[in-house]
Amino acid sequence: MSQDNKSYFLPGPSFWPLISSISLFLLAGGFTMMLNKVAMGKPIFIAGAISLAYLLFGWFKEVIGESVSKFYNKQVDKSFRWGMGFFIFSEVMFFFGFFGALFYARNVSVPWLADAKLLWPNFVAGWPTSGPGLTEAFTAMGPWGLPAINTLILLTSGITLTWAHWGLMKNKRTQLKIGLALTVLLGVIFLYLQMHEYAEAGFTIKTGIYGATFYMLTGFHGLHVTMGAVMLAIILFRVMKGHFDSHDHFGFEAVAWYWHFVDVVWLFLFIFVYWL
Amino acid sequence: MSTTTAAHHDDHGHESHGHPTGLMRWVKSTNHKDIGTMYLWFSFAMFMFAGALAMGIRAELFQPGLQFVQPDVFNQLTTLHGLIMIFGAIMPAFVGFANWQVPLMIGAPDMAFPRLNNMSFWLLIPAAILLLASFFVPGGAASGGWTMYPPLSVQGGMSVDMSIFALHILGVSSIVGSINIITTIFNMRAPGMTLMKMPMFVWTWLITAYLLIAAMPVLAGALTMLITDRHFGTTFFNAAGGGDPVLFQHVFWFFGHPEVYIMILPAFGILSTIIPTFARKPLFGYASMVYATAAIAVLSFVVWAHHMFTTGMPVAGQLFFMYSTMLISVPTGVKVFNWLATMWKGSMTFETPMLFSVAVVFLFTIGGLTGLVCAILPVDIQLQDTYYVVAHFHYVLFSGAAMSIMGGVYYWLPKWTGHMYDEKLGKWHFWTTTIAFNVTFFPMHFTGLAGMPRRIPDYSQQFAEFNMISSVGAFALGISQLLFLYVVIKCIRGGTKATNQVWEGAHGLEWTVASPAPFHTFETPPQVK
Repeated sequence: MSQDNKSYFLPGPSFWPLISSISLFLLAGGFTMMLNKVAMGKPIFIAGAISLAYLLFGWFKEVIGESVSKFYNKQVDKSFRWGMGFFIFSEVMFFFGFFGALFYARNVSVPWLADAKLLWPNFVAGWPTSGPGLTEAFTAMGPWGLPAINTLILLTSGITLTWAHWGLMKNKRTQLKIGLALTVLLGVIFLYLQMHEYAEAGFTIKTGIYGATFYMLTGFHGLHVTMGAVMLAIILFRVMKGHFDSHDHFGFEAVAWYWHFVDVVWLFLFIFVYWL
Repeated sequence: MSTTTAAHHDDHGHESHGHPTGLMRWVKSTNHKDIGTMYLWFSFAMFMFAGALAMGIRAELFQPGLQFVQPDVFNQLTTLHGLIMIFGAIMPAFVGFANWQVPLMIGAPDMAFPRLNNMSFWLLIPAAILLLASFFVPGGAASGGWTMYPPLSVQGGMSVDMSIFALHILGVSSIVGSINIITTIFNMRAPGMTLMKMPMFVWTWLITAYLLIAAMPVLAGALTMLITDRHFGTTFFNAAGGGDPVLFQHVFWFFGHPEVYIMILPAFGILSTIIPTFARKPLFGYASMVYATAAIAVLSFVVWAHHMFTTGMPVAGQLFFMYSTMLISVPTGVKVFNWLATMWKGSMTFETPMLFSVAVVFLFTIGGLTGLVCAILPVDIQLQDTYYVVAHFHYVLFSGAAMSIMGGVYYWLPKWTGHMYDEKLGKWHFWTTTIAFNVTFFPMHFTGLAGMPRRIPDYSQQFAEFNMISSVGAFALGISQLLFLYVVIKCIRGGTKATNQVWEGAHGLEWTVASPAPFHTFETPPQVK
């Protein structure tokens, strides 16, 4: 198929947008029903999840197909770079909201609750705290056990990924494959240790503002690591199939950007959630 | 040509060889003009629906006492009126304009990501269904106000969850759409179209898209915390667990104030396009307009707590937010003076788009000045949650945003349809809308200053006259919009043939293509000098 690579690639009509709309509708509707104990909720939610998986698989398959068929010129490549950059910026702002909640709780709401002696005269400000109304004892998470090991793991995974990228640019495919596989493995180990930490934790998401902020921040980070690991695995699979060359590999770079972003979020988590 | 999948596969990259017709043309569309049209029709449908909710509000407030709806239904009406007008009517309308105009104005063949563009549109539909269906679930629609403050939003029923997920989906739509618009503007400009040569409308949308990408994820965070507080036992907004209901307000308004500018900056862009055309002079102070827009955008992130002067904040915080809010009037004033200077000694004519634009400059300035009044801390403590605030934000959102949209529709309708609209009926629509709008909302300044609280279905006897006037104006305002619908449909179906340039004083790439704009434009980029 010969393609006029001078003009910007414009895709033909596509069903994927409608399918994305349907799958999000099923997911949102089904989840709402599950939360409110409506009988049909679960099957609708599962149908939404399946259609979302089908959507992601099918749409990305189409885009990858267009990419390996060399439909994309330099300008399209640049569009993908802008797009991915701004997507990561939106993710940064998502975490910014939760970090903001953490700072507000630690520096504003908890000290205020201690100062206002009306409702809870015996409450003393401090961190971690489950608040004045919940008196259950709990043990907080310290930084220097699993979390420190996890920090090392994620930092190492950043190095292995960069090493893989060097391999790709120098056309050393074995180095690329080993580097990617190591990165995925480190991601999986991180997730395993994180689950272990959750299982052993001396508090739950219901343990006041400390538990809420802890699980919300680390939970969403874990979700992003999961997504990143899956994306890396897909990139590894594509490398095995012979995709990408030393010049043309934005799919790889986009996932690498994402992985480094997840890494940086973890550093902030380690400092502000586990350590200080 | 055949539209089977096989044929479409062979056509990859050569969309022009065949596109589906009928319903599939819209469902599977990857064309910025078709998607823009869908956005605009969707927003008009939502505008009429949320307007009908407002008619219910005004019917109840026609007289003191309870006549038509119970207080809980009244609260549902106000909540959904706000949510749907903001997220369903105003925002999609501006995205519709962006879809139609940005590629035409910068000489691009389409948006940078045509499929994602259509996804942004189709995500609006499930969100709208969730919001509309929430009226029919046990307990009725969400009734805690469009801002969804806890504890009311934590205590509400299933409809609150539906609203939250609707907003999550709309957020995804907005973020994807904004990434698309930014990428298009940065990467798809025709050769020679430097940033400082871009039409003002493109500039305002570029900055709006930044605001959306920065603000919508923060709203998603606030909504997620709301969901976990409602169903998973977290205590973000519960003092017993060390949280704080005011935390929600901080996170919400950190989104909410940029959101206000998301709804007005594209309107500024439309005004900056229309006024030079009918004043037959270039826009006065183009560069200062660009910088003023950017300054408004930056400031919008450091003023959020002026929505919360009465909910608990140290005095130092109150003072900071008072001064930063007042600072916004400087770049906004730059804009207003630039529009006036553009008109100064121009050879002006007053076609319908220009009438709307001049009215917006005048009425938006009233809304801006009452905003300045509300920004003054000691005054705001008196005015918080009164009808004065309702008057203020309807002057900026209706006579600022919505009337700019109407002006923009009249301005570009000949380019979209190939026909001139009925000028006489357009002027009728303008005058009825403007007069009815002022009859509705001007008296609210008085009732608000006298202390009438918003979001309450009943009121004290002394407010009766002003409320009756407001209600009469509101019904007239509602009916006037049917005239708008009629003018638009009439224009689509026929009328005087429009020339390519349409308006004598119009400048820019979009006026170099045929009217109606062909399905594909600028497949070979034009050279801009």
